[in-house]
Amino acid sequence: MLCLLALLFAFPALAVEPSEVLPDPALETRAREIGRALRCVVCQNQAIDDSSAEVARDMRRAVRERLTAGDSNGDVFAYMVARYGDYVLLKPPFKAGTLILWLGAPLLLLVAGAALLMAARRHRNTPIAAPKPLDEEERRRLDALLKG
Amino acid sequence: MRRLLFILPLLTLALMAGFFAWSLTSGRDPASIGSVMVGRPAPKLDLPALRPGEAPLTDADLRTGKPVIVNFFASWCTPCLAEHPLFTRLREREGATIVGIAWKNKRDDALPWLKRLGDPFKLAGFDLDGKTGLDWGLSGVPETYLIDGTGIVRRHYRGPITERDLNETILPFLKGAVK
Repeated sequence: MLCLLALLFAFPALAVEPSEVLPDPALETRAREIGRALRCVVCQNQAIDDSSAEVARDMRRAVRERLTAGDSNGDVFAYMVARYGDYVLLKPPFKAGTLILWLGAPLLLLVAGAALLMAARRHRNTPIAAPKPLDEEERRRLDALLKG
Repeated sequence: MRRLLFILPLLTLALMAGFFAWSLTSGRDPASIGSVMVGRPAPKLDLPALRPGEAPLTDADLRTGKPVIVNFFASWCTPCLAEHPLFTRLREREGATIVGIAWKNKRDDALPWLKRLGDPFKLAGFDLDGKTGLDWGLSGVPETYLIDGTGIVRRHYRGPITERDLNETILPFLKGAVK
């Protein structure tokens, strides 16, 4: 039970070090928001806020520098994309190159749904043929079986 | 129609097998994150010199009309050790202009490392806090950029350069054959 409770309250460890935290809480909140959406470029699928890699620390510091300099969140994302490309965004942008990524799954769902619907309709429209009545030979065997 | 349905699993298997075979043989690196630097002007260069008494590095050093190789390295980086002899060869045999940048590396560590292995760098910069590395889209060391005479980045290698890179791309690039 205690273990379960512990699991329930376990948050992913933040790699943000106390020395990195900005004195302005509003800016720091925005930095965290951005840090959760930026991908660490050496760890495949970890946000920079969760990674203790050298380059992730540099990126966190750059985010805070840009925010302190007055950049909007969008400016900070643009700053990172200019250096590391779309890869740096954990949520890929919606554009021609990512159409399949965004629309592939819903499209597949649609196609599967349509196929299911068509199959169901066809099934309903096919009348169930009445079984052929038993012939003399079969009836005799059935009687024998039933009598045991 | 019904028969088509039976072929479907086989078709799926064939599709997957094809993809896996292609992945294994094409040399595609799924961990590669690519680079947005290629084809663009080299990012800003404004660094103090690594070797004492030398002039700082500036953008002008990358726009000399001659191709330049920029290599980020560190004395604590093992793959850098592996690629180092290739840079020495490029310097000695081809007379290549190589700019070395010590990334997150103290002078007291980087300088003895170069002294021990030989220093192939025409210019050497000092990026202790990694800010220049970030501007260059660096993900770690070693990384190498080929920059043409007009200052446009033509190649960006993440990880150590190899004998193959040298023969297939870097040597032709130095002769002006790689666009």
